Amino acid sequence: MFRDLSFRYKIPLRGSVLVVFTALVVTASLMFRAYDDLKRDVLLNSASMGRVLAHTITPTIVHDDVWRAYEIINSPFQATPDANLNQAEEILVLDARQQVYVSTHPKQYPMLSDPARVSPDLARLQQAIVDYRGTEPKSIELAGSDKFYMVTPIISDGVALGSLVMGYSRSMFLPRFYDIARRAIIMTLLVLAVLLPMNWYWAWRMAAPLTQLARCMGRVGQTLPDDLECNLYESRDEIGQVGMAFKRMMGELKDRENLEKQMFFSERLAAVGRLAAGIAHEINNPLGGMLNAISTFKKHDNADPQTAKTISLLERGLLQIKDIIAALLVEAKFQSHPLTVQDLEDTRTLVLPDAHRKAAKLAWENDILDTLPLPSTLVRQILINLLLNAIQAVKPQGRVHCHIYRDSDSLTLLIENDGKHIATEQLAYLFEPFASGREGGHGLGLWVTYQIVQQLKGEIAVQSQPGETRFIVTLPLVEQTA
Amino acid sequence: MRLRMRWLVLCWALLMAANTWAAQAPTPIRIGLTPVFLDDQTAFVNTWRVYLESRLKRPVVFVQRASYREITDLMRSGKLDFAWLCGYPYVRNKQFINLLAVPVYRGKPVYHSYLIVPASDRQTRSIADLRGKVFAFSDPDSNSGYLAPAHDLYLLQERPNTFFSKTFYTWSHRKVVEAVAAGLAQGGAVDGYIWDMLALQHPELTAQTRVVSESAEFGFPPFVAGKAVAPADTAALRKALIAMTQDEEGQKLLRNLHLDGFVAGDDHLFDGIIRMMRAIADK
Repeated sequence: MFRDLSFRYKIPLRGSVLVVFTALVVTASLMFRAYDDLKRDVLLNSASMGRVLAHTITPTIVHDDVWRAYEIINSPFQATPDANLNQAEEILVLDARQQVYVSTHPKQYPMLSDPARVSPDLARLQQAIVDYRGTEPKSIELAGSDKFYMVTPIISDGVALGSLVMGYSRSMFLPRFYDIARRAIIMTLLVLAVLLPMNWYWAWRMAAPLTQLARCMGRVGQTLPDDLECNLYESRDEIGQVGMAFKRMMGELKDRENLEKQMFFSERLAAVGRLAAGIAHEINNPLGGMLNAISTFKKHDNADPQTAKTISLLERGLLQIKDIIAALLVEAKFQSHPLTVQDLEDTRTLVLPDAHRKAAKLAWENDILDTLPLPSTLVRQILINLLLNAIQAVKPQGRVHCHIYRDSDSLTLLIENDGKHIATEQLAYLFEPFASGREGGHGLGLWVTYQIVQQLKGEIAVQSQPGETRFIVTLPLVEQTA
Repeated sequence: MRLRMRWLVLCWALLMAANTWAAQAPTPIRIGLTPVFLDDQTAFVNTWRVYLESRLKRPVVFVQRASYREITDLMRSGKLDFAWLCGYPYVRNKQFINLLAVPVYRGKPVYHSYLIVPASDRQTRSIADLRGKVFAFSDPDSNSGYLAPAHDLYLLQERPNTFFSKTFYTWSHRKVVEAVAAGLAQGGAVDGYIWDMLALQHPELTAQTRVVSESAEFGFPPFVAGKAVAPADTAALRKALIAMTQDEEGQKLLRNLHLDGFVAGDDHLFDGIIRMMRAIADK
């Protein structure tokens, strides 16, 4: 039950238990100590009073002045009852034979009586007094008695005349102890009133990053949450470190996911390519035969007009098939010369009329100054395909931007347009043959482009969002060997 | 040198002045007071002193002591001029002191000794029932607080020391009442006048005691004069005391004392005390 509780409650609960436990232990020990001090105070007080009374009473016993002795032992009782909480309940003066010489309660302890007859406690006390040989006040506690006694020997010139016995109720501490306890409890409650909310606040703050992390991790599964969604706590403490590690892990997971997607994507394209090439080859042979036959037939020129028309129709259809097959069978034409600046500029010239027709603006930015070791025909084909697509995509008065640049080991073609963007679900099939969503065109332009880029060991990437679609082609600048 | 001369002259002048002042002030009369009345009323004693000063036209000093013996000793050594004493010390010291005046209580210059026991004691009928008990006397020189009960025991062929298990003195009648009320003593002998006064002023105290018996009449504790005191001074004080009934202030003071007044008194009032004293002394 408690194990399953959120840290949000677990930490503050544990803290609260600690705080309360500490408060209780401290209060209890202080109260215990206060009780001890109280008792010691009372004992010291009563010992000193015993000393004073015994000293004062000695001459009256020597002179057998009972009344004076009575007045002396009664003097502590003259104060108002609540003024002195350390008040003895009763004072007895016992003579050397352990009989009552005088007492503050003469009715209970008449003169000359044996106190043992009043209560069995006093009989035990008498024995304790007989056994005590000291001259200083001594406190005597009898087991099972609700009183304790302070006994002070009365000594004159070394002769023991008797003893002064002050009886205290054990419960005399209680009112003062209750008072101390009440104050201690109020203080404890005040401290708790401050500490408990503080504890909850801190504990809550401590648990918050953990719970956030847990919530974020809980979302991992079907999807990978964004950093923004998680809003992880940033610090160098352990939770911060865990958060950072989690973020790193998320990053790597995402990269892997992307990679997997891309691999899946290119593998599919490769499979499609192989299938297309296979079919194309199989079709090419009969196609070539059929075209040869038509050519031969036409050379003889003996057909009636009806036949000639049919043949011509057949020939056009077969040629169209041939075109499509040729397009499907993208093959690098190795005889092509290296790419020059002029090749790129020619491409621009080629697409300009299309741009003008659409009244689109073509922003041209060519940073290439020298000849590059890339087959010019293929690069030009890529460029023309992408540029024509872009021009096609923009609205009239639209804008197409082409940026060609290189770094030490690659050439980059960047073509942007502000036309209608490509939907996300479309992106996945963008480079597949006949996937074009657009009317007109056979839907092989991007397929061909992709195949060429693949053959040149380059990469093609698409970024599309409303108002901006960007194709980036990166081609490695290595000497073409094959 | 001149400075020292001046100092000497100044000191001499001061001394002379002091002497002159002392010579002009009349010597005060000194009156000893004993616990024959409730002598713890300091304010009352003060008022009475001022009253007597105004009547005698000279300073009055009241000297209060705890026991009769101390006052008697001061009288004998001439350190006191007058005293309010118990009848017993008066008859014992007749060779040194004269009768000055006797208070009148309830119309007569006499009083009684009360035998008291705690109120819880319902059995005791006389002092004879207190054998083996603890007994409180007020003062060994007191008539009502010692001599009278001792004489009662004498009539029973007993002596206090052996009859009672324990006796003690409280040195004041009031404290005898307190000792019996507290149960410290199971019996006590007290001045009847004092007990009556306490019954009026502190009924809660006397309620804890029970008067078992009253003694025969004895002469009320008298005012006495030292034999060496000038007869004129003696006469003046006697007159002042007797005249207290004459004016309002004096009446007020007498009301406070619960006395009717003072009379010159007759020595025979104390014959009873003398008889008891002799009886015990002969034994």
